[in-house]
Amino acid sequence: MAARSGHLYRGGFHGGHHKRNSGKDRVSHQKISRREPKVDENSPIIASFRTYQALMDRKNDKYERLVKISRDVTIQSKRAIFHIHRINSGVDKTTVLKEADEKLIAVREKLCQIALELQGEDLYQYIRAISPGLQEYIEAVAFHHYCLGNGLVSLTQVQSDLEFPATEKPSTEDGDCPSHPAVTLYVPPVEYMLGLADFTGELMRLCITSVSSGDMDLPFQLCQFMREVYHGFSSFSYAGSWELSRKMHTLRQSLHKVENACYTLQVRGLEIPKHMLADVFSSADSEDTGRNDIT
Amino acid sequence: MASAPTQETFSNFQQYLTKDQDIREEIRVSVREIEQTAREILTALQGVHQPSGCKDTVSICKRSREMFANIRRQYNELAAKLPAEQYYRFHDHWRFANQRCVFLAAFLVYLESDKLITREEAAELLGVKERREDGFHIDLDDFLMGLLQLANELSRLAVNSVTAGDYSRPTKIANFVAELDAGFRLLNLKNDALRKRFDGLKYDVKKIEEVVYDVTIRGLNPPPAQKPEAQAEEQ
Repeated sequence: MAARSGHLYRGGFHGGHHKRNSGKDRVSHQKISRREPKVDENSPIIASFRTYQALMDRKNDKYERLVKISRDVTIQSKRAIFHIHRINSGVDKTTVLKEADEKLIAVREKLCQIALELQGEDLYQYIRAISPGLQEYIEAVAFHHYCLGNGLVSLTQVQSDLEFPATEKPSTEDGDCPSHPAVTLYVPPVEYMLGLADFTGELMRLCITSVSSGDMDLPFQLCQFMREVYHGFSSFSYAGSWELSRKMHTLRQSLHKVENACYTLQVRGLEIPKHMLADVFSSADSEDTGRNDIT
Repeated sequence: MASAPTQETFSNFQQYLTKDQDIREEIRVSVREIEQTAREILTALQGVHQPSGCKDTVSICKRSREMFANIRRQYNELAAKLPAEQYYRFHDHWRFANQRCVFLAAFLVYLESDKLITREEAAELLGVKERREDGFHIDLDDFLMGLLQLANELSRLAVNSVTAGDYSRPTKIANFVAELDAGFRLLNLKNDALRKRFDGLKYDVKKIEEVVYDVTIRGLNPPPAQKPEAQAEEQ
């Protein structure tokens, strides 16, 4: 700064801000023909930038904190989903779903932290930070809900789980959960829909693996349900976000796979023995699982 | 597996999308009006680049300031169309309009008083709120973007004021932009659009310094005390 601006000050001119200075400063300034650029704290420009700096740092810090929590939410939700997929591996279904429910409760604690961070803020200002976690959570909840036999989870149900009552824990030794006021994490409908679109991918996987485990009814049920969902998605006149149309494409592919599976079951189910049929499907499945691990 | 609730979920969402689209259309209309007025103000302010305008900034500023009344009215209309607490949901629609309006306000304030506009002054001039909590405001990033546009415009003004024979102005501008640059250096910018725009500021600074250099080595920019006679000599 000093080297670059040095020659600017040689002339002893009066810049705009000098007028605002006191008379004393002005006199001394005229005596010195060459002086350092004014990056002092008294300048009104610098002072206002100090406040901008504080505002900006506050926003960025909050954003980073939200990204961190959101990542935890994503990881834990993914684990809940993997857990539900174990339904087919011979474990008791109710136990699996109960354990998954416990995992989801743990996720909600994290979501409560997000709600607290967003208290008094505009949710949409930080939506990019929390969107991945929120969608993964919705996906897990929808999957869990469906496996309980309750069909498609509604936005109202998702929303009601995310209304956190005020806690007044006298035990403050638990640093993670100090008492907090009642907060609500508002779920934007678009996020909910994107979560549902992901959820159909899980249904497809469930369908394929269920054949391998010898369940011949579930694929047809799932196929019917996915058709309903696809029908719902395709009814949207508004192309909406780019994200939504991309997920629509994936949904279509998933549905295609499930329909083909049902077709194969129908045509060849009576012809070939079950264990061979399982082989047919597990080879088809390996493609998806490979892809799913990456994403 | 009842299909009724499933279909209800989707029809609810369809309704939501339709409403969302309606709001967006309304916002677009308002933003277009603001952009139109902003263009008019810009045209008016561009007069200072003309040789005649250089000497008559006062009347140009006066006219432009009056035009801001339109902007204020239009911002009020826009704010009324907006659901509460959803400013950032539709932020992209007015981001550029806001940046442009901040720039115009900052340019006007600079021409009038050689000062940097504060967020408070900008909010007042545009008829919006200063803080997010109070309603429709100007996002900080957009405000700073507007200031960077100002620096770019001033580098042009420095050149043109020399052409018009005003040799003292580039020095003032150089001083002002250097301070603005110092201000921006205080910020911890992320790697985003604002950062990219800020990286362009150094070229504006450089351009202005070159103008000052040209003027100074030719002795066209004498100390203020002797200015009147010196200028008379030149001419």
